[in-house]
Amino acid sequence: MEILRAENVSEKYQAENGEINAFESVSFGVEKGEFLSIVGPSGCGKSTLLSVIAGLVKPTGGRVLVEGEVVTGTSPHVGYMLQRDNLLEWRTILDNVLFGLEIQQAKTPENVQRAVRLLETYGLAEFVEKYPRQLSGGMRQRVALIRTLAAGPDILLLDEAFSALDYQTRLTVTDDVYAILKKEGVTTLMVTHDIPESISMGDRVMILSARPARVQDILPIDFGPQRTPLGCRSHPNFAKYFDYIWKELSQNETT
Amino acid sequence: MRQHETGVSRERAEYLSRRRRRKRRVLGCQIGILAAFFLLWEGLARVGIIDSFILSQPTRILETLLNMSQNHLLVHIGVTLYETLTGFLLGVILGLVIAVVLWWSGFASSVAEPYLVVLNSLPNIALGPVIILIAGAGTRAVIFMALAISLVVTVLEMLAGFRSTDPELIKMARTFGASKRQIFAKIVLPANLSTLFNSLKINIGLSLVGVIAGEFLVSKAGLGYLIVYGGQVFQLDLVMSSVLILAVLAALMYESVVLAQRLAERRWGRGA
Repeated sequence: MEILRAENVSEKYQAENGEINAFESVSFGVEKGEFLSIVGPSGCGKSTLLSVIAGLVKPTGGRVLVEGEVVTGTSPHVGYMLQRDNLLEWRTILDNVLFGLEIQQAKTPENVQRAVRLLETYGLAEFVEKYPRQLSGGMRQRVALIRTLAAGPDILLLDEAFSALDYQTRLTVTDDVYAILKKEGVTTLMVTHDIPESISMGDRVMILSARPARVQDILPIDFGPQRTPLGCRSHPNFAKYFDYIWKELSQNETT
Repeated sequence: MRQHETGVSRERAEYLSRRRRRKRRVLGCQIGILAAFFLLWEGLARVGIIDSFILSQPTRILETLLNMSQNHLLVHIGVTLYETLTGFLLGVILGLVIAVVLWWSGFASSVAEPYLVVLNSLPNIALGPVIILIAGAGTRAVIFMALAISLVVTVLEMLAGFRSTDPELIKMARTFGASKRQIFAKIVLPANLSTLFNSLKINIGLSLVGVIAGEFLVSKAGLGYLIVYGGQVFQLDLVMSSVLILAVLAALMYESVVLAQRLAERRWGRGA
């Protein structure tokens, strides 16, 4: 079942020194429960595309449908996780996790309980009353993910969500996050500039061209069942996928 | 993780005791300088090197302070304190409200900017005579004066703080669909708790400056009035006593703000 559909979405934004065509007629669909990685040359408007899907930015052309309904603004159905964890230093971990529910005025006892359960399930139970500064970078990123998930989204948008972490932490957090997302059955769109990351997590990788970006290719990734981001890095197909994406990307660097 | 005091290594114990000793030495020097200053002053006045009629002397100041009831010193302290606190509170509340409005509306703040810049660089004491004409020669004029001096600074300080709130935090709140009011209440304001208190610290000092300047001009009551009056009738003991009280008053008010900040931080965390 298709949960998300982008139809000829275009975005132009105005700056003082001119007009920027971020992307043009981008169309694609995402199945429920799927993990779609999005790669593209830097500055091609990948993040803007996520902002449009999240309803933070209005597209200048086309439309985005979430579960058959046109996106006109932010919605609790869509969660958006940014590059930095953006935890609020003056709130405890629990209060940080409840932030989204508070904003959406959905802080019901059931939802709070769900959030607490998420924290417990993903190894953060003992940090509930701690403050963000007492946590490591990897743990903070997990808290940020749980904050997004606590609001109960059906679709999760990850905007370079791991690039602020050091390499080692990044690999383990990627594994954790992947396990969390698959277990909770959340449909995910992840923007990244890291090709191995896009392959290791994605069910498909969408390759965007240089600005104004268009969908250049969508590559299905198959590592069989029981894959983990870390495990599939040593799979024989990994290098093949990498080469393919690398060539696609460098092809539009030169044009 | 902080190590507990018990079972610390020898090096750590040495380090801690070195720090404690240093702290004590600093305090000792600070008190010593103050005591030396007063002793020198008293001594020089006694041997007649400085004229105690012009510069007064510590024992005479003490005498003046002890006879407080005679010269209504307490009443004057009360007046100055009342005017300063009223000016301070008005300045903080009004300043905060204006800063919020300007943060809220980019248009309003663009319009207001040149005015704020000019008002900020203008020595507002220059408006003294006008303020007296409008507000009348009394307590009201003094409070207005305190307000005139502290308000613009508060607005600029708070606005700069609000504006420098991490845009990523605001974006994060927007991804959950936060309204502008929610963004202000849950992100911008708590992130600026320390800005708020820094502005309070500046403000309490500025309000006192405004009040004393106002009392110089209006001259009915208060420590500023006492200073001017004492100068005119060559009662320099009174002038020096008032200055001394003013110093203590300023320090006490500043420390109250510091205390309030500690309480607020304990209650709402440290902010960003």
